[in-house]
Amino acid sequence: MIVSSIIMPILTGLTTAMLIFLVASGLTLIFGSLKILNFAHGVFYMLGAYFSFQVVSTFAASPAGFWIGLIVAPLGVAIVGGLIEFFIIRRAYKREHIDQLLLTYSLVLIIGDVTRFLWGVEYKSMSRPEGLDATISVFGAPLASYYLLILFLAPTIALGLHLMLKKTKIGWMIRAATFNYEMASALGINVPRLFLVIFMVGSWLGGLGGALYAPLGSIVYFMHTQVLLESFLVMVIGGVGSFWGAFVGAILFGLLNSFGFQYFPQFSMFFAFVLMAVILVIRPWGLLGQPEG
Amino acid sequence: MKQIIARLESLGFAWWGILILLLALLPLYMSETYVSLFSEILIMALFAMSLNILIGYLGMISFGHAGYFGLGAYSTAILMTKTSISWILAMASAPVVAALGGVVFGFFCVRLTRIYFAMLTFALAQIIYTIAFQWESLTGGDNGIVGVTFPDFLYETNNAYYFILIIVSVCAFFLFLIVNSPFGSTLRAIRENPERAEFVGIKIKAFQLIGFIVAAVFAGIAGALFTFYNGSIFPDYLLWTRSTEALIMCILGGMFFFSGPAVGALVVQWLGTVLSRHTIYWPFILGLTLLLLVLFLRGGIVGFLTEGYSKIKARYHL
Amino acid sequence: MLLNVESLCKSFGGVTAVMDVSLSVEKGDLRSIIGPNGAGKTTLFNLLTGHISVDSGNIYFKDRKITKLQPHSIARIGIGRSFQRISIFPRLSVFENVHVGILSRERKSYKMLWPARRMVRTETLEILEAIGLAHQAGNLAATLPHGDQKRLELGITLALGPELLLLDEPTAGMSPEERFSIIELIGNLVKERGLTLLFTEHDMDIVFSISERVTVLHQGKVIAEGSPDEIRTNPEVQSVYLGEAEWETTLT
Repeated sequence: MIVSSIIMPILTGLTTAMLIFLVASGLTLIFGSLKILNFAHGVFYMLGAYFSFQVVSTFAASPAGFWIGLIVAPLGVAIVGGLIEFFIIRRAYKREHIDQLLLTYSLVLIIGDVTRFLWGVEYKSMSRPEGLDATISVFGAPLASYYLLILFLAPTIALGLHLMLKKTKIGWMIRAATFNYEMASALGINVPRLFLVIFMVGSWLGGLGGALYAPLGSIVYFMHTQVLLESFLVMVIGGVGSFWGAFVGAILFGLLNSFGFQYFPQFSMFFAFVLMAVILVIRPWGLLGQPEG
Repeated sequence: MKQIIARLESLGFAWWGILILLLALLPLYMSETYVSLFSEILIMALFAMSLNILIGYLGMISFGHAGYFGLGAYSTAILMTKTSISWILAMASAPVVAALGGVVFGFFCVRLTRIYFAMLTFALAQIIYTIAFQWESLTGGDNGIVGVTFPDFLYETNNAYYFILIIVSVCAFFLFLIVNSPFGSTLRAIRENPERAEFVGIKIKAFQLIGFIVAAVFAGIAGALFTFYNGSIFPDYLLWTRSTEALIMCILGGMFFFSGPAVGALVVQWLGTVLSRHTIYWPFILGLTLLLLVLFLRGGIVGFLTEGYSKIKARYHL
Repeated sequence: MLLNVESLCKSFGGVTAVMDVSLSVEKGDLRSIIGPNGAGKTTLFNLLTGHISVDSGNIYFKDRKITKLQPHSIARIGIGRSFQRISIFPRLSVFENVHVGILSRERKSYKMLWPARRMVRTETLEILEAIGLAHQAGNLAATLPHGDQKRLELGITLALGPELLLLDEPTAGMSPEERFSIIELIGNLVKERGLTLLFTEHDMDIVFSISERVTVLHQGKVIAEGSPDEIRTNPEVQSVYLGEAEWETTLT
């Protein structure tokens, strides 16, 4: 009883949380420094999944396919992100917010359809890699061993990013730009190039989330909507621009979702949105974010 | 030539009358499919015009406008199917319920600045959507409400179309009055420079809230008309993607012009219907159009035409 | 006494912006506030107009305590303000820029069902004439040259019929001819309408040509106050302005 009603939801909740954390951290990174709400972020997740699927299909014979995909797919997404930033988003920095939102939304429509064109409308799926396709027992609950990869990899990446932000020069530059664009420029930081890097890192994170998700469920050309909704939610709850906020928010969301699903199966998203609305009303900058100005 | 042009320009307001006349004559010359299409266009035009109060006149981006459309649509549908209230009252409930929604949600929304405002409108609309989706006993849940039937006379020949045309025209007339009134000027001043507006004695939050309510009311009426036209309503119509559709209509048509949203609605609905028959990649075309518009043609179609018109006049010294 | 400021204090984080500033302005005064950058002039104005809250101290306007009032209320009781960086309504026409202010003054802003254009036309045109922009009435404010935009902002400031004008660096960013042109305009408006003027400035020529009394701020404190001549020869003021040589050049 305990196992199924407590341990299982915790495990599934945390796994969902980790995937969403990856996407949300990218979203919040981009919003925090570039001040752009990237509607196309869900698309990065989707592309990560599709790219991974593609790599695995190409290397169908070899068991290494998945691992190659795990490296290549997020990089591919990062390149897409870089191209988007360079050719499109760049023109919008000085514009009003509505322009930026509309630009990223237009990308959602465009890339969504390009995806549909390239891979068709059927649901795609991918099997788990050899070595991680077993079910093991954690505290008495059955857990797909693949989940361990996610539960291990995501926090490691989080830690890695955290260290990068705090300790490296690039991390310092990102934090400076987040704080104040003009000041960062005055300090000699090549802000346009920095923004390109930030956008690429953000999209890489989203792509990684998608690549990790790929063996777990179906891949389809409209999956980005749900992901965007969820990562957006998490970003608001955790705090815009806050990396650890995304982590905390994702965990809250994951657990809320899995436990909510158990007790009120129909209402889980409802509670999440109510939480989001409440936070926006009382504390718009989220649990761990900073108020503007 | 100059005098003719000046004469035509001074007609100003009368051009709208001519437009309505043309629309009224439409069913006499066009097939049923077109009449149907234009009924939809009129409803979406009203929806887009209501949203433009927020984005064009107040400069506040809302992603949740479909919520008020839904409040109006559902209140009409629910009253028609679950009570024996007359259809007139059922439709009249739409703006009232939408207004209530506007008051409650607007109160919280206007306290936030631009981006957070947009986020909250989004969250609240999603909440309305999930309620419509989950509260099966009231809203029929995923299956929506079907079989909403109005009195027979409204379905005869083109009466449905005329009914919609009349209501939309009346609403457009009121919206026209509102945007050209002192209230409208004040909204635009708030959009341009809130700090300065405040220092000419304007209570910004109050005006934003009232603008929010006005926008909600007309969205609700559009919703009621939709229930009438469709005979049904589903939660789908409250999704945030519907809100963004209306947003695109406003931008495409030109959000700084009164006629902009209507033009946008015409183009998007028409192209959408026509193109959907030939290709499934309509979203791609819409997305590409939006992209090009935002990057190169900020004033939208109406802006482009207006500027072109001025340039031609200057060129030929008219 | 039109405006009476008592011991205003304001800090941001740990930084004191305004420290124990007191000042009183009589009706009809032409008063300027000068001081190096960062002296707290704009902060002081923001405190007076309610844009930021006061830590301690009080502000009285016509013997009424206005310390805690919101900007929109302060605008209505007779204080008009212009901002350091041009603050107009760019995408509204020149006419509408002033028009919206007068509509607000007449409490007509809420009217939704009547055309705005026909209301308060004469009053709007009167102000446009006074600032010399009547011929530009139909043009978009954003298309105006810098100097005209400053004039327009003056017009907006006058829309509510203020008794006290708070002008924050009215000649900032202008060429020398533009400067004197606008100062002349301000002078005329003040005389014609019996207004009281309190303004901040960097240009010493302007300060000495138009003000009757000068207050000097440095690091948030009032360090001197007096007639232009007194201030000109005040040693403390001289030292504050980055050495005597610079001070000398500002006097020529």
